[in-house]
Amino acid sequence: MKPKKKTIGLLIYFVLLILPIYWMLNMSLRSNADILASFSLYPRNITFVNYLNILTDSSWYMGYVNSMLYVFMNTVISLSFALPAAYAFSRYRFLGDGQMFFWLLTNRMAPAAVFALPFFQLYSTIGLLDTHIAVALAHCLFNIPLAVWILEGFMSGIPKEIDETAFIDGYKFPRFFITIFIPLIRAGVGVTAFFCFMFSWVELLFARTLTVTAAKPISAIMTRTISATGLDYGLLAAAGILTIIPGALVIWFVRNHLAKGFALGRV
Amino acid sequence: MDKWQDNRAWFLVLPVFVIVAFSALIPLMTVVNYSVQDIFGPGETVFVGTEWFKQMLGDYRLHDALLRQFLFSGLVLLIEIPLGILIALAMPKKGWGVSISLVTLALPLLIPWNVIGTIWIIFTRPDIGLFGVGINSLNLLEVPFDHTATPLYAWITVMLMEVWHWTPLVALLAYAGLRAIPDAYYQAARIDGASPWATFWYIQLPKMRGVLTIAVLLRWMDSFLIYAEPFVLTGGGPGNSTTFLSIYLVKIALLQFDLGPGAAFSLIYFLIVLLFSFIFYQVLQTVGKGEKG
Repeated sequence: MKPKKKTIGLLIYFVLLILPIYWMLNMSLRSNADILASFSLYPRNITFVNYLNILTDSSWYMGYVNSMLYVFMNTVISLSFALPAAYAFSRYRFLGDGQMFFWLLTNRMAPAAVFALPFFQLYSTIGLLDTHIAVALAHCLFNIPLAVWILEGFMSGIPKEIDETAFIDGYKFPRFFITIFIPLIRAGVGVTAFFCFMFSWVELLFARTLTVTAAKPISAIMTRTISATGLDYGLLAAAGILTIIPGALVIWFVRNHLAKGFALGRV
Repeated sequence: MDKWQDNRAWFLVLPVFVIVAFSALIPLMTVVNYSVQDIFGPGETVFVGTEWFKQMLGDYRLHDALLRQFLFSGLVLLIEIPLGILIALAMPKKGWGVSISLVTLALPLLIPWNVIGTIWIIFTRPDIGLFGVGINSLNLLEVPFDHTATPLYAWITVMLMEVWHWTPLVALLAYAGLRAIPDAYYQAARIDGASPWATFWYIQLPKMRGVLTIAVLLRWMDSFLIYAEPFVLTGGGPGNSTTFLSIYLVKIALLQFDLGPGAAFSLIYFLIVLLFSFIFYQVLQTVGKGEKG
C-alpha cells in the first residue's frame, strides 16, 4: 500500500465512524415534530429545546453526578488494588501464580445478566443497595482483572535492576514502589485508568440493578424517560449526545498519555 | 527476565483476591444454589438435583439461541480482528495525526451500551435514519430495508453496530503492538529486501501476538455475552431472529422468574465461555512461537 492510499482509506473509515454520532447530533437539534415531518441531512431550524428539557430536570443532571461518582470511585479502587498485585505478577514466581492470573480473567466471562440478581441480594444483605460504592465495587469484578493484566505488561517492561538497585540503596518496598516505581510506569497507569473509566462508564446492567434513586446512573435515567415519553426522538438523541460528552472529554484530556502509553506498546 | 521466587508475593495479591472473590464467588454460589433448587417463596425451597440442567439442555429455543450466538461471535472475530489490524497498519506513527486518530477511535468505546443501541435505531430507521433512508432511496433491495421487519436486515444492522462499536478496540490494541516493534527489525527487513507482505507476516504479525491474544479474548468474551446493544436495537426480534443467549437468559430468569432453569442455564453459559477462552488462550500462546520466534 502506498502512504496516500492508506491515509484515504483511514479517512473514509473515520468518516463512517463519526457518521452515526453525527446523525444523533443532527436529531438532537431538531424538535420531534420536525424530525417526523421531513428528512434532512442537517438541522434547518436549530433548537435547543431537547437539551433544555434535560438540563432543567434535576433527576437528569443528578444522573450525571451519580455516574461520575461511581466511575471515579471504581477507577481509584481498581488502580490501588491492582498496582501491588500487578507488581507481584510481574516480579515474582509464587505458589499458584498462573492459576490465579487466569482465575482473575475468568471473572470477565460470567454472564452479567444472571449475576445481576445475586448481586442485588448480596448488596441488599450488607445494606449497600442504592449507594455509589456498591456500583463501584461491583464494577471491580471486571475492571480489577483488566487493570492487573494491563499494568503487568507495563511493569514487565521495566528492568528488574532498578528494583535491585533501590533495595541495595536501602529503600523499603512501600517507599520504593510509590516514589520510584509508579512514576516510572505513569503512562501505563494513565492507560489503565482510561480503560477502567471506559468499562465502568459504559456498563449499564449492574449499575441499574444496584441502584434505585439515590445513585441512579444517567444511562438508566435515559431509558426510563424514553418509556415515559413514548418515542420522542429529539429528546432521546439529546440525552444520547449528553452521555457521550463526558467520555469525549476524558479522551481529550488523556490523549497524550494514551499516545505515550501506546508508544511503549505495553497494553 | 527471571522472576524472583517468593511466596510472600501473595501478600501483594491478597487484596485483589479478597475484593474480586467477594464480588465473584458469593454471587456464583448463589447461582449454583438456585440451579439445584425449586423456589416457591422465601424459605420454601426443594432440592431438585440436575432437573433444571436436563430441562435447559433439552430446550430447543436454547439450542437455537446458542447456534445464533456462535454464528454471531464467529463473524465478529472474523471481521473485527483483520479489520482492526488493517486500521492499525494505516494509522500514522507520529505527528498530530496520532492524537486525532486515537481520540476518534476511542469515541465509540466510551458511549454507554444502551446509547449505542439508541444511536443505531436513530441511524437505521427507514423513516428518519440516514442509513435506512439512504439505502432505500437506492432502490437496490427487493424488500425495503427495515430491521424491525426482516430477520436478515436485523442481523445486518446488529453486525454493523457491533463492528462499528468494537473494531476500534482491536485497532487500538493492534496499534499498541505495532508501536512496540523496535526500528531495528524494520531496518533488517529493508536490508534483506523484504516485501511489505513479508514484513507484515514475519515481523509485525508475530510481534503483535500478545496484544492480539488480548483482543481475541476480549472480543470473544464480550461478544458472546452481548446484551444491552441488540436488546435496545431489536429487542431480540423480529421473531427470535436476534435473540442472543443473554437476551434469552434474561427472558427466562428475570421476566418469567424461572430462577432455577435460568441459573442452570447461566452456569452452562459460563462454562462455554470459559472453555473457549481457555482454548483460544492456549492456541494463541503456542501458535507461531516455534517457527517465528
